[in-house]
Amino acid sequence: MIVLCAWTARAGADSIQERFAPCLACHGEKGQSANPEIPSLGAQPSPYVLIQLYLFREKLRRLDVMNDAVKGFTDDDLRIFADTISRLPPPPPTADATDPARMARGQALVRQYRCNVCHNPGLAGRESVPRIAGQREDFLVKTMREYKANIRPGYDASMADVLQPISDADILDLSYFAARQP
Amino acid sequence: MQRTGISVAKLAASIGLVGLVVAATTARLQAQQAADPPPPWKQGQAAAAADSTLAPIAPPPLPTAPDKLPLDKLKTKPGFKIEVYAAGVPNARTLRLGDKGTVFVSSRVQDKLYAIVTKDGKREVKVIASGLHRPNGIALHKGTLYIAELYQISKIEKIEDNLDNPPKPTVILGDLPKDEPHGWKYLTVGPDEKLYFQIGVPCNICMPPERHGKIYRVGLDGKGLEVYAYGIRQIVGMDWHPTLKQLYFSENSRDWLSEDVPEDKLNRVTQPGKDNFGYPYCHQGNFTDPEFGWGRSCSEFTKPIALLGPHSAALGLKFYTGNGLGNEYRNVIFLARHGSWNRSVKIGGDVVAIRLNDDGTFRSMEPFITGFIQNNNYVGRPVDVLPMKDGSLLVSDDYNGAVYRVSRTGASAAAK
Repeated sequence: MIVLCAWTARAGADSIQERFAPCLACHGEKGQSANPEIPSLGAQPSPYVLIQLYLFREKLRRLDVMNDAVKGFTDDDLRIFADTISRLPPPPPTADATDPARMARGQALVRQYRCNVCHNPGLAGRESVPRIAGQREDFLVKTMREYKANIRPGYDASMADVLQPISDADILDLSYFAARQP
Repeated sequence: MQRTGISVAKLAASIGLVGLVVAATTARLQAQQAADPPPPWKQGQAAAAADSTLAPIAPPPLPTAPDKLPLDKLKTKPGFKIEVYAAGVPNARTLRLGDKGTVFVSSRVQDKLYAIVTKDGKREVKVIASGLHRPNGIALHKGTLYIAELYQISKIEKIEDNLDNPPKPTVILGDLPKDEPHGWKYLTVGPDEKLYFQIGVPCNICMPPERHGKIYRVGLDGKGLEVYAYGIRQIVGMDWHPTLKQLYFSENSRDWLSEDVPEDKLNRVTQPGKDNFGYPYCHQGNFTDPEFGWGRSCSEFTKPIALLGPHSAALGLKFYTGNGLGNEYRNVIFLARHGSWNRSVKIGGDVVAIRLNDDGTFRSMEPFITGFIQNNNYVGRPVDVLPMKDGSLLVSDDYNGAVYRVSRTGASAAAK
């Protein structure tokens, strides 16, 4: 996976499809990532993706492979990539033998912590709020832990605020539930 | 709480058939409990929240092109006009004026500080510092720029002489808490030539840790840190009364309690080192918190001098001591209301003029610039105000990355 996901800079005026190919190599051809802790991008709202690509370009969100990937992107490049990503199909929910008790707990936690209010009732996200339905469970766990620990500051501090009272056990159940939403 | 799936399986394997039945029953019961509606005290809140679609509004990362700014939507009073002072100032937040006329602009979701320089009638936006962490708070004093990042305060001396090649900031006060929620700061210099800043609470509503929820002051050298006021939630605006020399500040109240309560506040410190403004026990001076307020009374705390609207996000404020806007605006407070997110019908999204009585108490409040909310959506969001030497008033907009200028019609040519 590491070899697959190394970013290789491409010279010249490649088409958007050619420039987009390395993204898909890691994040998945059809909007769904098969790689641990690498997020699925399908159907992410364009404004959210634009913010993340911008943060990577400005190194306000630090991850070498992504900082390198968008190095030298113009503002228009960021907008085009954000729009292109938003048109990928939504990732299908994690398909395994679902534990109904955990699903019920996760659903209750979504209501308790109002995830549904910002991320929308189906957790499909909107505008600057990402889609978390069908996201990789390991990525959701990692991300929420990073927000809670102030390791990932985020664009504004909304998620650090939200996660402040949420226990690690609840993070696991929330991720389990969200990953299994269509 | 254990993860039920794993615990049930392990339990069943270890204790056999009888155990399996018990465990399965337990799992069903847990599932049922989890699916049950929340407890009665929470029911109305949860049901309503499930239907609402409120979310904090993130400013777009890229500034709006000059010809796309919402200038035609913004309205001010008759006899005044509003124009674009500078565009392309990403996430423009706090505004400060240098002795030589440079306008300094901070950002919150970017890592940069900007200087707007006017030369030969043209305005140029320069980056004067980068790689900063939420550098929302800036202040100027005797030629030195003071910078409050999330967890430290630094300075750049003689900044206006070095706009093209400024040195890196020198840290004067480090090791402040690193919490992201409400971690960004407002910074001002008092009549006593000390720096004033706040450490906001790291939450919406909670019992804050020891160092949080307070206004501090510290010497310009970073020494002599002391608490100036207690019981605040978050502040993004402070200024000093021109004659009473008292600190006035806007305070943002808690979310998720209701559409209309509590309101944001305008506060005044009259007892330095003693005033407690009530958080988390009392909101808006007369409303005890449903969780933390039991056994407490709002009479224990310093009351606000004015309420500024629920969720309205009252931010930057400045006393206007010039006369370029006319006598009726002499010594008013101009205050930017960034606008609500935690409310179905948005309010704020304006700059208000607040008049005080001679003793510093509240007299009246009226809109001065409106129009940032159109059809319950933002076309811009005002953050801070800055009276200029020519009498005009600048307003920053972090949503569009722009700064506007308001002046009297007919006066601008002479003033320039």
